[in-house]
Amino acid sequence: MRIELQQRTAPSAIARLLAPVLALAAAFLLGGIVIAAMGRSPLAALDVYVLQPLSDPWALQEMVVKATPLVLIAIGLSFCFRANLWNIGAEGQFVVGAICGSTVALATHGTAAGAWVLPAMLLLGTLGGMAWAGVPAFLRARFGVSEILTSLMLVYVAELILDYLVRGPWRDPKGFNFPQSVTFDEAATLPFLTDGGRLHVGILMALVAVIVAFVVMGHTIFGYRLRVTGEAPRAARFSGFSEPRTTFIVFAISGGLAGLAGIVEVAGQIGQLKPSISPGYGFTAIIVAFLGRLNPFGILLAGLVMALTFIGGEAAQITLRLPFDLTRTFQGILLFCVLGADALVTYRVRLVRGTPAQAAGRAA
Amino acid sequence: MSIVEAILLTIVTASTPLLIAALGELVTERAGVLNLGVEGMMAMGAACGFAGAILFDSTLLGVLCGILAGGLTAALFAFAVLGLAANQVASGLALTIFGLGLSGLIGAPFIGARRDPITHLHIPGLSDLPLVGRLFFGQDAFVYASLLLCLGVGWFLFHTRKGLLLRAVGENQTSAHSLGLPVLRVRFVAILFGGACAGLAGAYLSLVYTRFWSPGMTSGRGWIAVALVVFAAWRPGWTFFGAYLFGAATVLQLHAQAAAIGIPSQALSALPYLATIVALVVLSLGRRRDTGAPGSLGAPFVPDR
Repeated sequence: MRIELQQRTAPSAIARLLAPVLALAAAFLLGGIVIAAMGRSPLAALDVYVLQPLSDPWALQEMVVKATPLVLIAIGLSFCFRANLWNIGAEGQFVVGAICGSTVALATHGTAAGAWVLPAMLLLGTLGGMAWAGVPAFLRARFGVSEILTSLMLVYVAELILDYLVRGPWRDPKGFNFPQSVTFDEAATLPFLTDGGRLHVGILMALVAVIVAFVVMGHTIFGYRLRVTGEAPRAARFSGFSEPRTTFIVFAISGGLAGLAGIVEVAGQIGQLKPSISPGYGFTAIIVAFLGRLNPFGILLAGLVMALTFIGGEAAQITLRLPFDLTRTFQGILLFCVLGADALVTYRVRLVRGTPAQAAGRAA
Repeated sequence: MSIVEAILLTIVTASTPLLIAALGELVTERAGVLNLGVEGMMAMGAACGFAGAILFDSTLLGVLCGILAGGLTAALFAFAVLGLAANQVASGLALTIFGLGLSGLIGAPFIGARRDPITHLHIPGLSDLPLVGRLFFGQDAFVYASLLLCLGVGWFLFHTRKGLLLRAVGENQTSAHSLGLPVLRVRFVAILFGGACAGLAGAYLSLVYTRFWSPGMTSGRGWIAVALVVFAAWRPGWTFFGAYLFGAATVLQLHAQAAAIGIPSQALSALPYLATIVALVVLSLGRRRDTGAPGSLGAPFVPDR
């Protein structure tokens, strides 16, 4: 028994829509098996992970809040991945964005600084993420160094910088020696959309990012160039599309959006700097980008789905005492399923009996 | 034992897992497959290796469990990238996320447990020589095994027919296929070998290096192993030097932290990661044209019958 792939003449439209759904179903099945192997009831877990959050208005709000950074980062990453460039260090750009944006919040803390604080924070956060992503882009464009490795190494560096800041110079002197900064002033926190709700303005930014990305990707020359660079690099080179320039632009977009997500998370959700400000949003966003098939609206949906795994994961930790690593395992399984399901779009997949030699014999 | 000797000995222990994991990845990449999941496979090796050693009360069986765990997770990766022609970079990331998560689940019951130090070689006379005695004649079995592995991989790749086939598959998959070489089968074996090595490296970490298991204990070593392969221009001999260079950097950095020399500990902890970036840049300056990368590295292969 072996798998045989046969190239489709044109990608199947039905498969393109069905692939993510199929992948999700397969991942749930495999996740259930893992839970059963741990000696727990998969059905009880399904209830806590999925059904309860979906039927609880408070959890639904929380899901949208958690989806915000995921969507922002994944939208940026989709530009990179379309150009076949691999920025896998969004987690680091997220952290640096949070640090850079927070400088304004901390500098104006306790002063009567006006309405310029928040825009300045968002701007600095975006620029910080861009700069951090600029390093792998520069090293790739100038020296041909793999952007995969450099962007990832910088994640560890960014986390260490944050750790140093909140334990050292930025530690709240009145914080009982806890490694955390002062709580941001109201002028430095994102306003909520509704009174008493959890939804902050950052959500609107994610929605804007989705729409802008949709227009840029599908309806501009730049978007076209990006797709050509990714799908037919030789053709792109012949048409005079500059590879280093594309590299810089897509890294700037993805780094900037990751940085924005970082400062939005700190100013909207956490309200101060801590040693750990992300449960791995930067890495989960990679899954979001692929689950959304690199399509902006797909990413919006996928962001909500992945946010659900975080909410469900937290709930399962409390009610079922299922460790958070289970969520991470599930996310890994899901990415595998999403990538595997992609084969259905580009290939006809068949299970063939026998060895390749026998198959060749039959064909002859 | 002098402080210099102690430092030299810890450098060997820190370098061995890097060397083993990098050699595995080197073989995988020589066959044309980029497996970025080393970190995940290593984490699985560390957790399963430690769990196995505690359950069976045997370091040897533990190590076998680690190797098996690395191989099994690698098989998962192979199914995606060979069977379904999935994107290798993204599949490698999936493997890392999956491996880090599942290793956390497997290792959780064993937090707090400790293993005794494993036996080291002792040759009366030779092992007692000052400074170099324990360094050369008093290591644990894995250190010698890793050196043999390094020589073995070099011999296999460049002095055997099978090694030539493997390199041919990695260099140009279309030509190899036209010549009737079983591209996918060769790659499958190479991926499994890489996984087994990463699993062994992980088991070494939890059973010999720290002798306990803690979540996220691989802390980027798998990624450094991937970088080492590039750094070494896909050559086993240079991998050895690279691994020991990084092992030395890690250990010296730890000693500097312990000595509290006034630099923030975080800055010193960041050194191995920054050093990786610098090393990759410096090496790219040395060889602008030919990096030594296999020609078909990272390209999916679908035989057109």
